[in-house]
Amino acid sequence: MKLKSDSEKHLIIAGFGGQGVLFLGTTLAEAALIEGKNTTWMPSYGAEMRGGSANCYVIISDDEIPSPIFDEADIGVFLSKAAINKFEKNISKGGTILANSSMTGERAIINGINYILEPLSDIVAHSKDKMLLNIMALGLLIRKTGILTRESVIKALEKVSSAKKPEFLKFNIESFEAGYNMTKEMARC
Amino acid sequence: MCYKLPGHCNKRGLQITGMTAKVLMKGNKAIAQAAINAGLQCYFGYPITPQNEIGEFMSDEMPRLGRTYISAESELAAVNMLIGAASTGTVSMTSSSSCAIALMQEAISAMATAEIPGVIISVMRAGPGLGNITPSQGDYFQATKGGGNGDYRTIVLAPSSINEAVELTYKTFYLAFKYRNPAMLLADGMIGQMMEPVELKPFDLKIPDSSDWEMDGVGKGDKKRAPRKLVSLHMQGDDLPRLNDKLQRKYNEIQQNEVMYEEFMTDDAEILFTAFGTVGRVAKSVVSKARAMGIKAGLFRPITVWPFPSEQLKKCARGKKVILDIELNEGQMMLDVKAAIEGACPVELLSKLGGEIIKEHDIMQKLYELKEKFACAKGGV
Repeated sequence: MKLKSDSEKHLIIAGFGGQGVLFLGTTLAEAALIEGKNTTWMPSYGAEMRGGSANCYVIISDDEIPSPIFDEADIGVFLSKAAINKFEKNISKGGTILANSSMTGERAIINGINYILEPLSDIVAHSKDKMLLNIMALGLLIRKTGILTRESVIKALEKVSSAKKPEFLKFNIESFEAGYNMTKEMARC
Repeated sequence: MCYKLPGHCNKRGLQITGMTAKVLMKGNKAIAQAAINAGLQCYFGYPITPQNEIGEFMSDEMPRLGRTYISAESELAAVNMLIGAASTGTVSMTSSSSCAIALMQEAISAMATAEIPGVIISVMRAGPGLGNITPSQGDYFQATKGGGNGDYRTIVLAPSSINEAVELTYKTFYLAFKYRNPAMLLADGMIGQMMEPVELKPFDLKIPDSSDWEMDGVGKGDKKRAPRKLVSLHMQGDDLPRLNDKLQRKYNEIQQNEVMYEEFMTDDAEILFTAFGTVGRVAKSVVSKARAMGIKAGLFRPITVWPFPSEQLKKCARGKKVILDIELNEGQMMLDVKAAIEGACPVELLSKLGGEIIKEHDIMQKLYELKEKFACAKGGV
């Protein structure tokens, strides 16, 4: 029995505190709003956030969203080893996992899941320009899944960045483009 | 921090307009902004998860607007500051959660007795005791039946989305002043913590006039008026029986005039869901999906949980095969549901406790069980 509508996409974004997973999720939700879609964003909150794991649940849908909390996700973006260990089982068959392989390392692949493994931390470390790991992951996610358009995510970044720290907009856009246009050469560092 | 209202702003009426575009906002912040739009002049609070963004937002916005923000030394202090400020007819509120709302019960009873329009935002976490910080609806009893003493009532409104939380925050302030009674917005941690697009419509209600009862000073010379008092202690003669009669008449009036609820596909429903708050939106979604499968489900969602829409639910329950009451507590609202329908049909419960969330498949599973048990019409799946 299928309860979820086809347009409803569930995402889990997870990593550790400081990697910007909540910001990544917020940008996605803002971009969904720009595209006129329904969206919810639900963070892990409270003691869990301090120094330990951080995650948020994002739903993007053309229909009304019943609950911002779910068990099964279509897409997982995992920036740390603890994140993939905790949430890999929540990705549904036919779903996608985008993982920062610099941290998640080599791992057994679960059948029926599309893995996008890139050494994002290493790419950021070896880049000659200042790069932001979370936004690079966002660019890669948009390119690989097409869940939202590049244009609306850039608009969302302009909105979210200018509200917080305007000087970060440049880094955000550059990091997004680097992820969106990621090549095999970059991934080899 | 200021204790006196600055001269350049009146006690209410400052409105933020022109904010009708949808914005992505956390529920807690949207509630705080709505309170400010409603003309809030004084906020008193003490931190507790999952409602901390309300205090955080107020600490930024209220001083910037020349209004009062006080970080109280305790919840007891906050709610008693609320009594003080609201006694002067000033639009005031506090916000807190479960175990800390518990600390405020004596003051809420006192406010009801002295007829003081204090507004309380309660963002529920899981209990009992200190419990944990996850979403829950375990404070239905606390909010609607009151932990305070005596025959008093608190007006309680329960939103199921952030948009509705804004609308009901407006209504909470309005009703508190209209009836000179404590009024509460009863949200859960999910409403508080999630973000979704919200339309912050301008405050379109007028806070009722308080000039004939507020404690604004007796004045001097020609302008001197008779002293007033707002008290919770009534020792003289038949003062207390008379006060109780008056309060009960007021509560009846509220019950008659202010009930709010949502009915969704109830007319021909065989299985009727009852749910409030965020569980209501999950149940509503299941109704649509069950209908697509040929199962005649419907939803009755109380929006005011006090006054409870008893008459309306009784009418709605007529001819139903079964009611499924769905709550993030052990059926606290179910007692009101059962009392309302007077045995019109059986009532079953789907509950989760301690921060567990009820999801669509939980309801659907129970729905299949009930469909078999009560021999409801067959549908093609």
